[in-house]
Amino acid sequence: MKMGAGLKLHLVLFYAFLYVPILVLMALSFNRAGLPTVWTGFSLEWYGKLFTADPIIKAARNTLIVAVISTVLATVIGTALAVGVETRRKSSALDAVLFAPMIIPDIVLAIALLSFYSFLNVTLGLHSIILSHVVFNIAFVVAVVRTRMRNFDHSILEASADLGASEFTTFRRVLLPAIAPGVIAGALLSFTLSVDEFIIAFFTAGPGSSSTTLPMQIYAMIRFGVTPEINAMATIVMLVSFTLVLVAQRADKEVFTR
Amino acid sequence: MTTSDAPRRTFARLTASTACALALLAGAAHADKIVISNWDGYMPPDLLEKFTAETGIEAELSVHATNEEIMGKVVAGGGKGYDVLFVSSPFAEALHNLGLVADIDHAKVPNVANLYPEATELAHDPGNAYSMPYAWGTTGLCYRADRMEEPTSWMDLLAPADDLKGKVTMLSTDRWLMGAAALALGKSLNDTSTGTLTEEEELLIKAKKDLLAYDDSTFYLKLVSGEATMVQAWDGWCNYGIAENAEIKYTIPKEGSDLWVDTIVITKASENKDAAMKFVDYVLGQDTGVWVASNILYKTPNKAAMEALDPALIESFPNMGMKPEELIKYEQLRDLGKGQKEFARTVTQIMAAQ
Amino acid sequence: MRNTLKSVILLAPGLGWLALFMVIPCALIFTYAFFERGVYGGIDYIFTFENFQRAADPLYLGIFLRSAKIAGLATLFAILLAYPAAYAITRAPQRYQTALLIFVILPFWSNYLIRTYAWIVMLNREGLINQSLIGLGVTSEPLPLLYNNFAVIVGLVYNYTPFVVLAIYSSLNRINRETIEASEDLGAPGFTTFRRVILPQTITGVAAGGVFVFVLSIGNFITPDLLGGGRLQMVGNLIYDQFLSARDWPFGAALSMFLIAVMMALLFTQAVLTNRAAGEGRAS
Repeated sequence: MKMGAGLKLHLVLFYAFLYVPILVLMALSFNRAGLPTVWTGFSLEWYGKLFTADPIIKAARNTLIVAVISTVLATVIGTALAVGVETRRKSSALDAVLFAPMIIPDIVLAIALLSFYSFLNVTLGLHSIILSHVVFNIAFVVAVVRTRMRNFDHSILEASADLGASEFTTFRRVLLPAIAPGVIAGALLSFTLSVDEFIIAFFTAGPGSSSTTLPMQIYAMIRFGVTPEINAMATIVMLVSFTLVLVAQRADKEVFTR
Repeated sequence: MTTSDAPRRTFARLTASTACALALLAGAAHADKIVISNWDGYMPPDLLEKFTAETGIEAELSVHATNEEIMGKVVAGGGKGYDVLFVSSPFAEALHNLGLVADIDHAKVPNVANLYPEATELAHDPGNAYSMPYAWGTTGLCYRADRMEEPTSWMDLLAPADDLKGKVTMLSTDRWLMGAAALALGKSLNDTSTGTLTEEEELLIKAKKDLLAYDDSTFYLKLVSGEATMVQAWDGWCNYGIAENAEIKYTIPKEGSDLWVDTIVITKASENKDAAMKFVDYVLGQDTGVWVASNILYKTPNKAAMEALDPALIESFPNMGMKPEELIKYEQLRDLGKGQKEFARTVTQIMAAQ
Repeated sequence: MRNTLKSVILLAPGLGWLALFMVIPCALIFTYAFFERGVYGGIDYIFTFENFQRAADPLYLGIFLRSAKIAGLATLFAILLAYPAAYAITRAPQRYQTALLIFVILPFWSNYLIRTYAWIVMLNREGLINQSLIGLGVTSEPLPLLYNNFAVIVGLVYNYTPFVVLAIYSSLNRINRETIEASEDLGAPGFTTFRRVILPQTITGVAAGGVFVFVLSIGNFITPDLLGGGRLQMVGNLIYDQFLSARDWPFGAALSMFLIAVMMALLFTQAVLTNRAAGEGRAS
């Protein structure tokens, strides 16, 4: 199968749409005056400042911890949930519960969770942000994996069982490969949502910088308009991620061929 | 035993055991350590380090972006884990009324003597029973003097001249947005009678058509870039614009301004109130005040600090020279209490207007 | 019995999690809707229906309808952009597909706020887009691209399109290549193959992606504030403000309950329609 010229052009323009704002954001990391929206001249000052800006680096680390752990948890739990739901008879109540985390306003979940933790006297920290992020991440993973499960030929599972494969073997060898793109898409979605989530993280974070995430730090910083360090940070994150994907792509084609 | 009960039981057991595990995570706070929540960059970067070196008390900073957020968090969580909070005065007042902040023992805060006498008799908390003022100032008009004449009235913002239409912004924070209309109409900032709210609503809905945007974080950048010619601004923030372009100027319209006060409070939940008071005392020292005035470009109610300011600073940023007796002429925003519901609906009506 | 056990193992962790960290905490908040706001913003435990009466005000319905319109437009544009992109990715050589997919999502690991600032730089009067348009002679006066509904939709589409690509990719990738090839071999024109073979099978992916954009857009409060200049009140802003600015939790809870009920109804209708469309696809 080939890609037509029209499709190819659309894909190129689509990537341009996604990356032009990122180039602007990178350019602003070299902005002398430190204004987030007005260009005043070239400077490397903000990169120097970034390396001494402990709160930002610490917050970036916290964000990575929260995003990775909540993504792994939500992907495993959510995939199981999606498979479970799609292999049993339909239930509207179940569907409602699985839709709910997507439509409950963030601020409601944020206040609800903090009141709840506080009622149980749970010590807050990064772990309480993770527990909370898994809630909405599960819903997105379930939605994507369920899409994948639809039209899935369930008779293949029966055939596998008839051939004497154990439930687990069937799951690992037959079902999982079939739904893998959905699982990967769900994990990427979770990670992206978690990295950017601000309000639930703010409410469920412990007091102190040890559980401040990057979005919390950035929202707090804009009051005084200092963001070029953040742009410098994002530039580095972008370049490192980009390089990692390219290296992984070249070094280990296996991973990407499945 | 029907099969359908099985999942329900397993589920109940799972819920119970998770709840137990969570309860086990609960623990006691560390002794001799305090947590402070403040806006990022609103106090000297080395303040906590110096404080710890001098007193042996460990201090950790937590940052919040807005009053509303930290207020919500303290109300929902009872303030547990936080010792000291920096919030604007109406929020300090509400926290006090909700019983969430502790009284301050002046014997433990000798630096209260550094405050101007005017700053110890503020309307929201006369005698500084539960809050200490940290910075204060006015809300007025910040404009490009190279593109327009000096504005004189709030109506210059609310019904701008033709060449200013689409080139003005108002603060998006509800109290200050409504405040502009209240001042223009000669009403109290804290008047929530239906008649006043209706008048303010009409005025602000009309004004909305001529606005570039509502903005309470990047308005001064819009002046610098030239997108806007005049913005409703807090004096300190106008100074950031002045720092970028000397043609930017600040003025208080003839109808007046509010007096905003950012305060320091100690939470009732604090398990280390003595340490927290030591911290408040430390912040009220002269050095912190000088840093705030020269770096944040906010006026502070700290007499000792303001008197030690470099006169050149006041020359560059004239509003830094405002005296306390001028400031206290203006009314402070107060918690609206019962009037809040009607006020909030009016704001929604304005924000939703097309 | 065996199936029930399997079902429990698969469902229990997820449902347990949601019960503990969503259902119970939110149920507690929603009970506030039946009580009065305290004078200073707490809860007065006096039973009342007043909050629901206040929420029935046409003012709030209007806000919901306007934000649904904006969110709906954002959803439409996101799908139109994402569908061909996802389709193109599935037609790329297999070994590049995951990398191409990650490159779609990678820009969104920066930060929402600074991406939004980047859009302000691009859209303002002296911004990149206006300068380019003037340079190209398309327009002589800068166009008003910022602080209006247009800018809000651009921001929402930009931030949420990648999620649609992920959802559609996930469903597209599943299509039996042989079916497509067979259709093409039989001489069916590209569009017919698309309409008769590909579209019906991917409708669930489109629906899931569309739901993502719609729910995330309607609940957003940063984009309307920064790119919309705060002139547009979305449901997200409304509820956020009730809880934090007005500090009226009972009323915020009542409004949220209305919102959730309406959104649930929309989602169920959407699910039924999607299933029907997918079913018709299978039948034909």
